[in-house]
Amino acid sequence: MKRPFEYIIEKLVLLSGIASIVFVVLIFAFLLKEGLSLFANESVFAFLFGRNWYPISDPPQFGILPLILGSLLVTFGAIVIAVPLGLAAAIYVAEIAPLWLRDILKSGIELLAAIPSIVLGFIGIVTLAPFLKTIFNLPSGLTALAGSIMLAFMAMPTIVSIIEDSIVSVPKNYKEGSLALGATRWQTIYRVTLPAASSGILAAIMLGIGRVVGETMAVLMITGNAAVMPVSFLQPVRTLTATIAAEMGEAVGGSGHYYALFAIGIVLFVISFIINLLADMFLHRGRGRKRR
Amino acid sequence: MNNIITTDRLDLYYGAFQALINVGLNVEQNKITALIGPSGCGKSTLLRVFNRMNDLIEGVRTTGSVKVGGEEILGPGVDLVSLRKKVGMVFQRPNPFPLTIYENVVYGLRIHGEKDRKVLDQAVEKSLSSVLLFADLKDKLSSNALSLSLEQQQRLCIARLLAVLPEVLLMDEPCSALDPLATMRIEELMLELKKRYTIVIVTHNMQQAARISDECGFMLLGELVEFGPTKRIFTAPKDKRTEDYITGRFG
Repeated sequence: MKRPFEYIIEKLVLLSGIASIVFVVLIFAFLLKEGLSLFANESVFAFLFGRNWYPISDPPQFGILPLILGSLLVTFGAIVIAVPLGLAAAIYVAEIAPLWLRDILKSGIELLAAIPSIVLGFIGIVTLAPFLKTIFNLPSGLTALAGSIMLAFMAMPTIVSIIEDSIVSVPKNYKEGSLALGATRWQTIYRVTLPAASSGILAAIMLGIGRVVGETMAVLMITGNAAVMPVSFLQPVRTLTATIAAEMGEAVGGSGHYYALFAIGIVLFVISFIINLLADMFLHRGRGRKRR
Repeated sequence: MNNIITTDRLDLYYGAFQALINVGLNVEQNKITALIGPSGCGKSTLLRVFNRMNDLIEGVRTTGSVKVGGEEILGPGVDLVSLRKKVGMVFQRPNPFPLTIYENVVYGLRIHGEKDRKVLDQAVEKSLSSVLLFADLKDKLSSNALSLSLEQQQRLCIARLLAVLPEVLLMDEPCSALDPLATMRIEELMLELKKRYTIVIVTHNMQQAARISDECGFMLLGELVEFGPTKRIFTAPKDKRTEDYITGRFG
C-alpha cells in the first residue's frame, strides 16, 4: 500500500513546486498586460523621464521621474544610515558580545523585524516628524529624511542578521591564524574576518535595499507625499510604492491613470528583480569560494 | 645548552577537567622538540600554552610557570602581541587568509605597523625563499592564496610566520592534511629551518617524530610521561607506558 501513497505525495509536492512558478509568471503577465497598455498613447521616455506627475489633470501627465528619484533618495538615505549601524551591530553580536548578551541582542533584532511597518510609520509621524521639524526648523517634519530614518530601522534586522551569519561562518582558523601572528582582536576583524565575509556583507546590503525599495506603508505615512522633483532630504517626497498605494483606490479602471500605476508596478518589479539577482550573485560567489 | 622554553609545575584546567598535570620540560634552542602521544593526551594544549592561544577558550585556567626566553608568560600582565610575534604557530590545516599571496606574507608586518613598501617587498622575497616558494610564486604574488595546493598553502603559512622574525615555531600536526611526498618535503624544510629557529612540533605520527626531532616528549592523559633525546626515547624508553606506546601496543 506504500507505493500509491508515495506516488500521490510525490505529485502533490511537484504540483506545489510548479504552482509557485506559475503564480509568479501569471502575476508578471498580468502586470505587463495592464502596464504596457499605457504605452499605446504614451512614450516610454516621457513616462520614465517626465518631470511631472499630474495623473488626473486634463490632459494628464504621467512622468514618474520625481517618483523614481524620491524612491532613490529615500533608499539611499536609509542605506547610508542602516549599513554602518547594521555592520557595527553585527560585528558586536558575532564577535564581541558575551554569550548571554548575544542571545538577548539577537532576539531583540528579530523582534524589530516583527514590528508591523504601519506601526513604525505611526511612531514616525508622532515622534520623529515633530522632532525633525523642530531641529531643522521646517514647515513640516514629513520629509525624505524622516522616511530614510524609519526605513533604516526596517532594513536593520535583515542587514544585521545576514552580516552576522556571514561573519560567524568565517572559518575559525582564519581568526586563529591572525591572532597567532600577534594581531589584536580588532585587527583580526577588519583585516581578515570582514574581507572573508565580504560577499555576505554585500548580499546583506542588497537585500536591505530590496526591503527599503519595496516598503510602502511607513513611507506613505511619513515622507509627506509630494510628487515633486526632490532636491533635498529636508523636503517632502513621494516614492513609487507610495504612489500606487495612495492612488490605486481612486484610479478609474481602464483609464490612463490606472495603466500608469501598473506601469509603475513593472518598474518596481524590474528594480526588485535586479536587486535580488545581485544579492544572489554575491551570496553564491561567497559559497563557491568557501567550497574550494 | 640554551633553554628557550621552560615550564615548571604547569597545570591547566578546562573548567573542572585537568588537561595538563604538573608538566615540566625544557625546549632547547635550535632543536626540534616533538610531543607525541595518543589523541586527547594534552599535547596540542601544551603547545598552545606557549603562545597563550588557550586564552581564546572560555573557562581555561593555567597555573605554574612557563618561561619563554627567560620571561614569564603566564599571568595577566603579559604582552600577548609581542609574545605571539616571538612564538609563531603553524596549524593542522593550512590556514592562509583569503587574501593575495603577497598580503598573506606581509600580514604580520602590517599589523605591527610596517608601511614601507620596500621593507614589505624584501620580507616577501626573503620569507618565501626560506620556504622554497619564491621561485614558483614570484610571478603570481597577487593571486589568491586559496588557489595554491595544500602543501604550498602550508609553506605559505610558515613564510607568513617567518616574516615577523619569530624565535620559536610551534607546529600543531603541520603535515596531517598533506600527502606523504608533501610531508617529506615539509620535514626537509623543518630540518633546514631549525638552523635559525627553535621548533616545537606536535605529531601523532611517531615515525615523523623519530625522523626529525632531536628531543621528544611522550604525553599521556595530561602528563608528560617521559622526555629526553629522541634516540633514547625510541631505543631505550625508561617508562613502561612509553615503551608500550612506541612499540604500538596501544594508541
